[in-house]
Amino acid sequence: MSSILALFQDYTFQTVALGSTLLGLISGVLGSFAVLRKQSLLGDGVSHSSLPGVVMAFVLLGSKNTEVLLLGALVSGLLATLLIISIVRHTRVKFDSALALVMSVFFGLGLILLTYVQKIPNSNQAGLKRFIFGQASTLLQRDIELMMICGLVLLALVLLFWKEFKLVTFDSDFAQSIGFSPKKLNLLLSFMIVLAIIIGLQTVGVILMSAMLITPAVAARQWTNRLWVMVTLSALFGAVSSVAGTAVSSLVPKLPTGPAIVVCVSIIVVVSVLFAPGRGILHRLYRRRKNRILYKLEGGVPNGSAT
Amino acid sequence: MKTQRSYAVEVEDLTVAYDAKPVLWDIDLKIPKGKLMAVVGPNGAGKTTLIKAMLGLLKPVTGAVRFLDGDSDVRTLKNRIGYVPQSGSVDWDFPATVLDVVLMGCYGKLGWIRRPRKADVELSRQMLAKVGMEEYSSRQISQLSGGQQQRVFLARALAQEAEVYFMDEPFKGVDAQTERAIVTLLKELKEQEKTVVVVHHDLQTVPDYFDWVTLINLRVVASGPVEEVFHEENLKKTYHSSGTLLRSVG
Repeated sequence: MSSILALFQDYTFQTVALGSTLLGLISGVLGSFAVLRKQSLLGDGVSHSSLPGVVMAFVLLGSKNTEVLLLGALVSGLLATLLIISIVRHTRVKFDSALALVMSVFFGLGLILLTYVQKIPNSNQAGLKRFIFGQASTLLQRDIELMMICGLVLLALVLLFWKEFKLVTFDSDFAQSIGFSPKKLNLLLSFMIVLAIIIGLQTVGVILMSAMLITPAVAARQWTNRLWVMVTLSALFGAVSSVAGTAVSSLVPKLPTGPAIVVCVSIIVVVSVLFAPGRGILHRLYRRRKNRILYKLEGGVPNGSAT
Repeated sequence: MKTQRSYAVEVEDLTVAYDAKPVLWDIDLKIPKGKLMAVVGPNGAGKTTLIKAMLGLLKPVTGAVRFLDGDSDVRTLKNRIGYVPQSGSVDWDFPATVLDVVLMGCYGKLGWIRRPRKADVELSRQMLAKVGMEEYSSRQISQLSGGQQQRVFLARALAQEAEVYFMDEPFKGVDAQTERAIVTLLKELKEQEKTVVVVHHDLQTVPDYFDWVTLINLRVVASGPVEEVFHEENLKKTYHSSGTLLRSVG
């Protein structure tokens, strides 16, 4: 117990925990929209595709500053998104195939570049490998500041365009018929989701980042039928599992933070899918059983509770 | 026959194509104000496409659409046009209540960023009452039946307080009771001198429900008052069929 207390007073832990909490919060909010727009996989594509950008930024600009590397990630993530969209638009290749194609090509390219760069002197200190699985312990004060600024901007945009995002996510044809351009809104929302992914790369890494985006949102959807509750819950789940994951990885030697966070958020989703009232598996089994018993007892039509 | 008339919608030389295949060919259409018009035609005739192209949801190859004699600029025009999409076009598992969806009808008037106010909520509740669903306002939309979904979409369109309405198969999959309720609503809209364009499938009910009809199959076969153009000969031309399509020609 005292070790946990000491942990929470530790400066490094505070920095890392604050960073990952911010990340959990932001990705929870934007992940809700990604899930509702049925673009869960796009997040995975973007995060994997950002790897070559990270390496290229280091090679071309020679900097190992996180901002520079993340800028590279942003460029290559957006490039991949555009590529996927234009493949779908201009060929007969379907979205899922285009996504898998672009994602694996970009990620493979990233790995090759990474191997190549490792041979350059001085490159080992650049710590590019941390972007694969993430390494929260490398978070610095200024990284946190960057995350805070991005987070505030993203949250402000979500609040500002709440009505529009809700409308276009539910019914984009209707949105267009009353003068809200789905093209512009979708572009903005996609850009925001990409940004949320990019700022999480250092902590969670390109492979697991999409879990941070999708899992809290899926868990939150189980508990509520209201959008704002879902978004709030999702942010909460993301934040809580980030703190818990960071704490666990600090207490257990050599346990990486990113995967620890993802395991924590996965526990939340499993519990939610099983036990949530209404949508949970157990609740549905219980209801079916109850209906069957009622049917037997009444010897006829199960009454209103069937639906 | 030619009198000075005011039109709700005028379509000129409209051609729409998906890939290279034309779906609508050289459509010319004039819909007078205050009419209840059915758009009738076989599957794949381009009915939904016509509505979407008129609303500007699809980009036509050529052609122009003019609303309300062109006496409205584009920005306010959007608020004078109501739309009821096919209820199957959205995911009803979206986390929203019935009232949330109906409120979306007010979004056009609100414009960007501004949030709905009390008056909008009040209006939405009234419109829900009009479609007989006031007690469902806080119900989750995934729990609605097909007919109820249709009514919610109608209430949303009513909340738009538009002058011209486009409805894509509002009678699809609804029971007799809901169908009657929708018809009553349509007649009410007509009494308020609104124009309503409805994609419709049941030929038998056209003369009862509507006073204007457009028969299309890629092109416009005929368009005009029901009693003038809705007869066996035009229907055969529309459906390329030799059998009898109407049990009794109204």
